[in-house]
Amino acid sequence: MSETAAPRASALQARLAELSRFARAFRRNPLGMVGLFIGLLLILAAIFAPWLATHDPYAPDFGGRLTPPGAEYWLGSDELGRDIYTRILYGSRITLFIVALVIFTSAPIGLFMGVISGYFGGWIDAVLMRITDVFLAVPKLLLALAFVAVLGPGIVNAALAITLTAWPPYARLARAETLAVRNADYINAIRLAGASPIRIIARHVVPMCTSSMLVRVTFDMAGIILIAAGLGFIGLGAQPPLPEWGAMIASGRRFIFDQWWVAAMPGAAIFLVSLGFNLLGDALRDLLDPHAVRRT
Amino acid sequence: MSLLQLEGLAQHFNVGGGLFSKPAKLRAVDGVTVSIQKGETLGLVGESGCGKSTLARSIIRLYEPTGGRVIFDGTDITHLSEAELRPFRRRIQMIFQDPLASLDGRMSVRELITEPLDILKIGTPRQRRERANELLETVGLSAAHAGRYPHEFSGGQRQRIGIARAIALDPDLVICDEPISALDVSIQAQVVNMLEDLQAKLGLTYLFITHDLSMVRHIADRIGVMYLGKLVELAPAAELYTRPRHPYTRLLLSAIPVPDPAVRKDAPPATDEVPSPLDLPSGCRFRTRCPLASEICAKIEPEPRDFGGGHLAACHHADESAPTTPITNPERENA
Repeated sequence: MSETAAPRASALQARLAELSRFARAFRRNPLGMVGLFIGLLLILAAIFAPWLATHDPYAPDFGGRLTPPGAEYWLGSDELGRDIYTRILYGSRITLFIVALVIFTSAPIGLFMGVISGYFGGWIDAVLMRITDVFLAVPKLLLALAFVAVLGPGIVNAALAITLTAWPPYARLARAETLAVRNADYINAIRLAGASPIRIIARHVVPMCTSSMLVRVTFDMAGIILIAAGLGFIGLGAQPPLPEWGAMIASGRRFIFDQWWVAAMPGAAIFLVSLGFNLLGDALRDLLDPHAVRRT
Repeated sequence: MSLLQLEGLAQHFNVGGGLFSKPAKLRAVDGVTVSIQKGETLGLVGESGCGKSTLARSIIRLYEPTGGRVIFDGTDITHLSEAELRPFRRRIQMIFQDPLASLDGRMSVRELITEPLDILKIGTPRQRRERANELLETVGLSAAHAGRYPHEFSGGQRQRIGIARAIALDPDLVICDEPISALDVSIQAQVVNMLEDLQAKLGLTYLFITHDLSMVRHIADRIGVMYLGKLVELAPAAELYTRPRHPYTRLLLSAIPVPDPAVRKDAPPATDEVPSPLDLPSGCRFRTRCPLASEICAKIEPEPRDFGGGHLAACHHADESAPTTPITNPERENA
């Protein structure tokens, strides 16, 4: 038994060593750390919103309408007297929910389409890639807009609409990675043992795609947040009174010259979070993407 | 009885071609007929691009052959479906040229060697692990290496891992596709010796593909010479080196470096470029580079002829002027 336990422990050690090497390299990138910090901040804000909040996010207080930022309302209050700081905190939950829903649906769909397309080639490839091209040909926001208009407004529908626009780049990426490895000799060697295409794809092709997919996903988070906010802004995403950031900007639009904070505060939150994910994506690409030039 | 028999095996590829242009036909392998007896080693030599590796990949159906037949142990496997092919898969294995490219870098040596066993569900996981350790010992590594990853090994060791994987399924035929050309000269001999030991111990049959004429002489029983997708000469190893019939074989033999500075050889007689396999010459495909080429060579493609003792050559002039010593050049002796 000890004979088999020893190598397993050494494999675990190897993984841990690799992880700590990765962490060390990541710490050397200050912008990446900033991005990571912002990302963590968003997650913590979403988890601990009820404890961090100073007010109720929905209860109106007509005595305190449109109060500038100060001791009572840290980031000011909106036209119904609701605390903007509290609403941004709760809004982070909606943002994270949409991002997570989009990522967990679009990345697997794209991966599946791309890997199948790249591995089998021929007419399967042609058909799948032309479908992908159709989706890529239309601007993302426009396509999402059309889908929401059909499906009806709402958070889940907005997320589904974004998914429909978000998977094609993943399919392209996964296909390219698959084409690069499908005729590699180590794949041939396994094929010679009679491995089925499913086994080859699941055990040898998909793992090759994961690191570049991860980088791409991180980059896309910023875009997803922006589109979700955009849909909220034009009233096709989250509906009032939900404290969705885009919808909050939309309601603050009317007061933008006199009570600037109503629109500016959620705008700043969107800006900060998108910037954070972009920085994080940049740092991950430098570390993980085999195609990028390595900087030392 | 022959273990593997190729009958006019052909592998043509369509190259280029768009909406309005017809694709060109690349004749990578163009009708190869040869058989390999059980327990023997057939060497296959030729310049790069002559179709050696393509031939290997067509035999094991990594490519679908476009013509001819592959008969393995009496069964025509050319057109079997992947499911029907399964029982034959384990009996034909391959050793690849670049050991690093043929090993998945994210798998440990144990996983690499046991994967074929996993796929065919041979034994329990514990038995597979033990088998992996056993195989590592067989190829001159130790069970302690099993937890490591391919990048932690030297080129020679990696090739040993590749060999261990190839023999894990206890195959009958092992196709060695330039197994030593990526290795240092000092390591090459070790690997060749190990392959010979394994052959004796496990009763393996080898198809040994190489461009290294000096090494193949030691391991092969018979040697086939390929030129632009065709087998131009096939003879017992010793016979091929002493009495080559085909002018191309003589050209190859005269190009073997001699490790003696006193023996300074003249430039090889033929210097022309190899014709493109997309646009082959009429008649004999070697005629553009051949010192013996005559009118008939441009008109009629020579068929292999038997010169006795299993010596075949596809040349109209094979019976003329066969020099007994190919290495020495007559002009040099006059000088």
